Amino acid sequence: MQCQVCQKKEATIHLTEITDGVRSEMHLCEQCAQEEGIAVKSQLSINELLSGLLSTQPSADEMFGDAEQEVSCPHCGFTLSQFTKEALLGCPYDYEVFEKSLLPLIEKAHDGKTVHRGKVPSKMPQDTKKQIKLTALRQQLEAAVQSEDYEQAANLRDEITQLE
Amino acid sequence: MKLTDISGDINEWFDGTGPLADIVISSRIRLARNIAGYKFLSRCSVAEKGDILKKLRDILMSLEFGDKIFYLAVDKTPVLDRHLLVERHLISRNHAFGKGPRGVVIAQREFFTAMINEEDHLRIQVLRGGLQLSQCAEQINRIDDMIEQGIEYAFSPRYGYLTACPTNIGTGMRVSVMLHLPALKMTGQIEKFLNATRDANLAVRGLFGEGTEAAGDFYQLSNQVSLGVSEAEVVAQFENVIIPEIVEYENAARNQLLSKEPDVLDDKISRAMALLRNAHLISSQEALFLLSHLRMGINMHERMGVSTPAITKLCSLIATSGNADKSAGSAPSTSPVQASSPQAGHSITTINRLFMLTQPAHLQLNCGKTLDAAHRDILRAKIIRSALNG
Repeated sequence: MQCQVCQKKEATIHLTEITDGVRSEMHLCEQCAQEEGIAVKSQLSINELLSGLLSTQPSADEMFGDAEQEVSCPHCGFTLSQFTKEALLGCPYDYEVFEKSLLPLIEKAHDGKTVHRGKVPSKMPQDTKKQIKLTALRQQLEAAVQSEDYEQAANLRDEITQLE
Repeated sequence: MKLTDISGDINEWFDGTGPLADIVISSRIRLARNIAGYKFLSRCSVAEKGDILKKLRDILMSLEFGDKIFYLAVDKTPVLDRHLLVERHLISRNHAFGKGPRGVVIAQREFFTAMINEEDHLRIQVLRGGLQLSQCAEQINRIDDMIEQGIEYAFSPRYGYLTACPTNIGTGMRVSVMLHLPALKMTGQIEKFLNATRDANLAVRGLFGEGTEAAGDFYQLSNQVSLGVSEAEVVAQFENVIIPEIVEYENAARNQLLSKEPDVLDDKISRAMALLRNAHLISSQEALFLLSHLRMGINMHERMGVSTPAITKLCSLIATSGNADKSAGSAPSTSPVQASSPQAGHSITTINRLFMLTQPAHLQLNCGKTLDAAHRDILRAKIIRSALNG
């Protein structure tokens, strides 16, 4: 739903007013609501908070710096500008690839903490390289299936099974 | 297993028993996990999602939970059934109405569910009535270990369990406690509570109804921080500090109402009773709002030994109304949990059943047909009237 005032942004504040038994509704975006003097008491969801944090930045360049802005993850093709839109990452390796840019966000979301303290899987991934390879192979497999190269696909599937 | 097997009654965790269950409805812990070697879901093709789904479903269905479990392909489940799962807090709204191949594994007694392909590959949750977080933590940890036997999780020594959203990394754990806080609301202290929780880095949401508004004075409190704190620390903080403190405030507010404004208290309860016993049309919002007052009244009687004129009347009324709440519109119940035998806690069960069974999807599944909002309001009012009038 669009904001009634600016007609641009998504309306996130929904106000129902009943005056003398007459019910009226207002749907505003956060910014317009503030300008109308309506206190924002609602709790933002985590995703809204995150994308809010990101989108209120004047530009993604300023936020992330030029260097990583153009980088795409070699494992999943993900870029930071996609993250600003979706607030979700593309694959586990994004945490390494975009570490510098993500760290301030992680700190903010986790009350300043940046290092895991808690459960560790009994089966720690023994070999990170193995996983990188697996992701790559799965990507190739997908491409092979799409181009209907079933022989190649069968080979890749065998290779994946062996690695697994 | 059909959904109508469970839709006729309340979940076990909502039966009103369990520690501090007059104020703490339930305790829930969920863990977010992803399989190593796969991309996160937003980058996965339909085929990859199907692959992940099959892998996780096979593992989960082979585990021993001490209860019957069943699997539902959410994307192939009728819309009304999905609404039912959301109303029973078994899956999230996002999972119900998301995209692509996805599923859910549910234990018949509803203490455990596993969402496959929601925001992360796997989200498992354990739910119990009252304040029972340590028990939830112990159980979900065991289940997590069992699942891990068949799979390798995406994990980094520095960031812990890796999740699609950076807000869930670390333990991947979200602790949620559902609270009923009508007296804090009535005494005008709820804003203070909300502000304090925000300062403490906690998230507050409504439990029932659409969106995030806390309908019927039910609030869901959860941790936001999952990195840099251990599972045990978060659980202990909730169980030993945060929740007992809120319970104490709510009890103090109930006592304050009793000692300073007994007429306000009785007015709310009497009005709620009068409306619920006589209304022929009632929306789910209004029903939640009014039932909330009855729930508080009965709990004040049963747990605090309070007897004001309105509370006494309410309790005797519900005690004599028996199990009439089963008659109108309900499917013949095949559930092992029966609310019919007159026993301690029976009155609160009657009210809890009304909360659960008057939600839109429950109404429709239990009467076996789809109803528009106006007809739902009629049926809802009828069920409530017959439960409260005997």
